[in-house]
Amino acid sequence: MADYKWPEMSKRKVMGTSPKRLDGIEKASGRAKYNSDLNKPGMLHAVLLVSPHAHAKVRSIDTSAAEKHPGVTGLRVIAPAGTEIQWAGWEIAAVAATTELAARDAAGKIKVEYDVLEHVVRENDLRKVKTRAKAAGEQLEGDPEKAAKEADVVLEGYYGIPTLTHCCLESHGQVVAWTPDNKVEFNPSTQSVTSIRADMARALSVPAANVHVHQDHVGGGFGSKFQPDRWGVESAQLSKMAGGKPVKLFLERSSELVIAGCRPSGFARIKVAAKKDGSVTLWESEGWASGGVGGGGSAPIPYVFTKVPNRRQQHSAVSLNTAPIRAWRAPNHQQAAYLTCAPLDDLAAKLKMDPLEFFIKNANLTPRQETYERQLRKAGEMAEWKKLWHPRGDSGKGAIKRGLGIGVHTWGGAGHDSTCRCTIHPDGTVEVELGSQDLGTGTRTIIAQVLAESLGLKLNEVRVKIGDTNYPPSGTSGGSTTVGGVSTSTRKAALNALDKLFAEVAGALGAPADQLEAVDGKIQVKGNAAKSLTWKAACQKLGVKTISETGANVPSQAAKEGLNTGGVGGVQIADVSVDVETGVVRMNRLVAVQDCGNIINPRTAESQVYGACIMSICGALMEERILDEVTGRVLNADFDTYKLAGIKDIGEILVHLEVDEQNYKRGVIGLGEPPAVGGTAAIANAVANAIGVRVPVVPMTPMNVLNALSGRKS
Amino acid sequence: MSHRKDPASKDNKQGSGFSRRGFMQGIGVTGAVAPALTGAEAEAQSVPGVIGPGAVAITLNINGKAMKATVEPRETLLDVLRNHLDITGAKRVCDRGNCGACSVLVNGKVMYACSILALDAQGKQITTIEGFAMAGGKPHPVVQAFVDNDAQQCGYCTPGFVVAAKAFLDRNPKPTYEQVKDGLGGNLCRCGTYVGIRKAVLQAAQGGSNG
Repeated sequence: MADYKWPEMSKRKVMGTSPKRLDGIEKASGRAKYNSDLNKPGMLHAVLLVSPHAHAKVRSIDTSAAEKHPGVTGLRVIAPAGTEIQWAGWEIAAVAATTELAARDAAGKIKVEYDVLEHVVRENDLRKVKTRAKAAGEQLEGDPEKAAKEADVVLEGYYGIPTLTHCCLESHGQVVAWTPDNKVEFNPSTQSVTSIRADMARALSVPAANVHVHQDHVGGGFGSKFQPDRWGVESAQLSKMAGGKPVKLFLERSSELVIAGCRPSGFARIKVAAKKDGSVTLWESEGWASGGVGGGGSAPIPYVFTKVPNRRQQHSAVSLNTAPIRAWRAPNHQQAAYLTCAPLDDLAAKLKMDPLEFFIKNANLTPRQETYERQLRKAGEMAEWKKLWHPRGDSGKGAIKRGLGIGVHTWGGAGHDSTCRCTIHPDGTVEVELGSQDLGTGTRTIIAQVLAESLGLKLNEVRVKIGDTNYPPSGTSGGSTTVGGVSTSTRKAALNALDKLFAEVAGALGAPADQLEAVDGKIQVKGNAAKSLTWKAACQKLGVKTISETGANVPSQAAKEGLNTGGVGGVQIADVSVDVETGVVRMNRLVAVQDCGNIINPRTAESQVYGACIMSICGALMEERILDEVTGRVLNADFDTYKLAGIKDIGEILVHLEVDEQNYKRGVIGLGEPPAVGGTAAIANAVANAIGVRVPVVPMTPMNVLNALSGRKS
Repeated sequence: MSHRKDPASKDNKQGSGFSRRGFMQGIGVTGAVAPALTGAEAEAQSVPGVIGPGAVAITLNINGKAMKATVEPRETLLDVLRNHLDITGAKRVCDRGNCGACSVLVNGKVMYACSILALDAQGKQITTIEGFAMAGGKPHPVVQAFVDNDAQQCGYCTPGFVVAAKAFLDRNPKPTYEQVKDGLGGNLCRCGTYVGIRKAVLQAAQGGSNG
């Protein structure tokens, strides 16, 4: 059996280099076809009618006028009379027509009467939502009362971080055809080509083998695109009603921002305490959060500093009349990082201690002391901490105040289930097939790098096919699990296929198969380039046969094999300037130091970190889903008022990936999530350092900053 | 907070509470009369004063080619490109002039195709990303620069950024770093590719490659 372990770090030829992403030209030239770009022959367009009320009962629904509207091919009532609507944006009906405009006009003719019920849509004040809050059991460790009494400094505060929405630029939706032969051709925008087939099959009561899924590219997911969704299932039904014509439905932005997923909020009253030397002795938190009507969202606090000796944690889940949460790039972690790092930073300020020293001092309370100490020091150097840091609020005269702040984070990132099929053709062509997807992380490119490395070939001599249920299954691209999964399965499939090729050519080379190696486009006797065949000549020996072998990543065995693993730390330091007259926060710099394992492509890895940092900047300074207490609706369901950072808003971003032999030996670790965690806390702490007071609730918009400065509650 | 161009620079900027489609439906029977009358279309001429509300035949000059489509007066240039003509490089993302993913060139000037009625685009030179990105079978320098600098992830905003960057460089061939940051402020990216985009635009301006 082949030895699958990764080659020595210094001996890699393709892995560890930074080829440009393989689909780069296709995407940048506009040629890449996303499923939202599909125009299939005879394709119909469908739209949703959604509820304007956050909590209501459907009294009646009259679709007669809509059904008669010219061009309409089918209408499905999703919420019949009697349905209790639990959030504004709830799907009431779906209409398909020959054009999108006809479908929309028809939807406008559906008459729905509602009995409006009372709603609750805001959770920032726990006292106001008591009836909607469900408390979980208290967690207790040590003796918090005694610790509070014996501490030199105690700090109490209120902190909050809002609900965000994913804002995938390609909206959620699909083109789907359910033809009379009971087959379903499904082209969704998805993070999970393999599993969405089974989910759709179940929803339609169709055998999974009858459902074919294909997707070449996906325009963003961030954790919100795993399921076929109600609109996918209804579109399939509308296709069936129209004799199997393909139906396209992609959510309007005004719906996408409301019903296609969001990140749960996180609020807490927190009490922390420390000894004079800065060692933290107490953590007490009464937290609450909402993930929509089903509750949900529970930030694991204290975060990273999990070993605070005396702890009491309480948490309540608040049920709101808002659409449900979905996984959001490191679920619960941004909230936990903010709810932990902000009070700790406030405690350091109260101790009059440099927070960098304070965090280093308390690294012994984390599961990876050495990592965080190293990363804090490195990030401090990169951020010019010694030169630029000042005690909180001591930022000189003038309206512009500069400050620095720290955030820390952790994540898993071990590989998911993945199977890869590697085929070697007699003409020397090599291809791999995986039912995976490239979210823009560079999955295609890193698969090709692993394949080329494993076979001693160049990148342009191998082919990668992903995004289709005709290929072997791969897991969902969530939790930073893709790179570990697909790199491992590709490595094993490639070496399994190579073993077969060795067996075919062993005779010709006059050496046993296990004495052969694939190097620089040749199959040769180990260490003897004179006894070799070119790759092409070796493959020709196959005659009419092809070699087709699979390899799998099985998460339960991965740790033993050592090809991929999980568990990383990271530190970010933000440098901001705040105008205390206008409340505007500007990013000067965000420094990211990240633990990373075996990096297959440093270029795309670094891009992941840049992107994650920018997402943190958006979340720290701008983003917030705003619910209207009166109407119960989302007030900012468009990109005019749901703010994202532009190219000018991000300052400079400095990334340090800890690429070294020690990290390399840990195997491949996913990198999409971890660097998206600590930035919000770092920026919040930098703002506090600059202006001398805590802006307790994220985002640090001008309004929240000015309120904090004037002592008003935000 | 982002520095944005005036949507579609152009015609009518509307507040967020306004029903854009309702507004455009109105334009279809009134506001679009003038361009239609001055346009080349005999079909439009045959119904002086009123176009629509039904579909009308129009001809658009796209990437140097005359392309015909039968569209409703309220249809945007973006929807006509994507749904009628299968020209899909311009993406529908915000659909109201906030994000730039649908950027096209109209008479050489970058505009949001979601905020222009197709009728109003008659008689104008429309260039989509397909019109220049791979002209002569080779990537345009801006396209190549985006690839060289990994200025894309999911890629959905990328064609819009490439169009905006090309228009920016046509107008401002030797920009400073600060000017690049201002000049591309009309487009949004969710994956966070701005660091690469800044480098890409500077590379394209210098006409080089950092391979």
